[in-house]
Amino acid sequence: MVALDLDRQTLFDWLLRLGDNALILGHRTSEWCGHGPVLEEDIALANTALDLIGHCQMWYTLAAEIEGKARTADNLAYLRDAIQFKNVKLVELPNGDMGQTIMREFLFDAFHFELLTALTGSTDPKVAEIAAKAVKEVAYQLDRSSDLVVRLGDGTEESHRRMQAALDYLWPYVGEMFVADATDDALAEAGIAPRLAEIQTKWEAIVTDTLEEATLTRPDRRPDVHTGGKQGRHTEHLGYILAEMQFLQRAYPGAEW
Amino acid sequence: MVTPTQEIWDWLAEVPDPEIPVVSVTELGIIREVAWDGDTLKVAITPTYSGCPATSVIDLMVEEKLREKGVQNIALERRLSPPWTTDWVTQSARDKLRDYGIAPPIDGTASDGRMGRAARMSGTNLTVPCPRCASNHTEKVSQFGSTPCKAAYVCRDCLEPFDYFKCH
Repeated sequence: MVALDLDRQTLFDWLLRLGDNALILGHRTSEWCGHGPVLEEDIALANTALDLIGHCQMWYTLAAEIEGKARTADNLAYLRDAIQFKNVKLVELPNGDMGQTIMREFLFDAFHFELLTALTGSTDPKVAEIAAKAVKEVAYQLDRSSDLVVRLGDGTEESHRRMQAALDYLWPYVGEMFVADATDDALAEAGIAPRLAEIQTKWEAIVTDTLEEATLTRPDRRPDVHTGGKQGRHTEHLGYILAEMQFLQRAYPGAEW
Repeated sequence: MVTPTQEIWDWLAEVPDPEIPVVSVTELGIIREVAWDGDTLKVAITPTYSGCPATSVIDLMVEEKLREKGVQNIALERRLSPPWTTDWVTQSARDKLRDYGIAPPIDGTASDGRMGRAARMSGTNLTVPCPRCASNHTEKVSQFGSTPCKAAYVCRDCLEPFDYFKCH
């Protein structure tokens, strides 16, 4: 059972972070549907997006249950404004080119894989259950994105240039995944979630190996420049995502099909 | 007089997977439990992949089948744990998949997140035999195929493109 000293609001906020990361990255990834450079990549990205939106639904369902205010997963996705979203800024950035899309997937997948792996041992059985389901899919996503980072990084001169540019651009955003605040600390104290510092060490190992194999240079600058997403302070890009994603429910409340 | 659960399993064996109709939902291993709770029939179903769009269609088809057989009160449960694995896909389903042109899962080859890297480093790749000509001279085209549970392959001997039902 959930540790009794952890208050509902803290657990709810933390579950939203998991769900929001999955939803927003899932939405960004789905933007490639019908626009992929080749059919196989188009299909792969659409399937990846589906996995992520499936994860988001599981986290939101649990969050709504914990909150106990009769909200549903759909309410959480469609009826919150930007400041109430708790995803890291990395996942809301526009896709850029295919290289930037794949690099972002990789940098997030490595974090996501290690976080979910740790969460399979959570003291909260419902969290452990969702993590055990999701991690199998994320393992496959990491397999794919790390493979592509190597192929494109150690590819042609042009693909190498684009992958390095993507890495340099995204780097100042990756640190936010590991900056722990009071919510993260409370969850770690309760044994529900791991310490983010432990996840960072494992993430570093995957990223260092993969970048080396991809002949890419790790940027020599701070990774934690752009933070605040987890507390609801976002880039201007999130508002545009929500405008598109939520339009129908805002204009026609309760619409179903 | 309630119907014995074994008979209900037989009914559910008539429900095809909506995406791959040659195999049934019981052969896929996604029906986890069938039990009576008073006069309510409880059926626990586990999703294959979290985002698989077939999940809700499967719920609907299971319910339709049970209603058709005269069951009045039905409670469907979405069960996540233990997570679905292709180890639960029956031998009969594997044979049917192959006959249908889909290479069945090769047990023990699920990704641990570093499979691609391990394969690159060792210079080997997972060999998936062609479901049409049984050649091992095949190549992965994409990690994903027409549904979340499949990857796209092509046979270099008979030149047929085919789906591989991924080990998961």
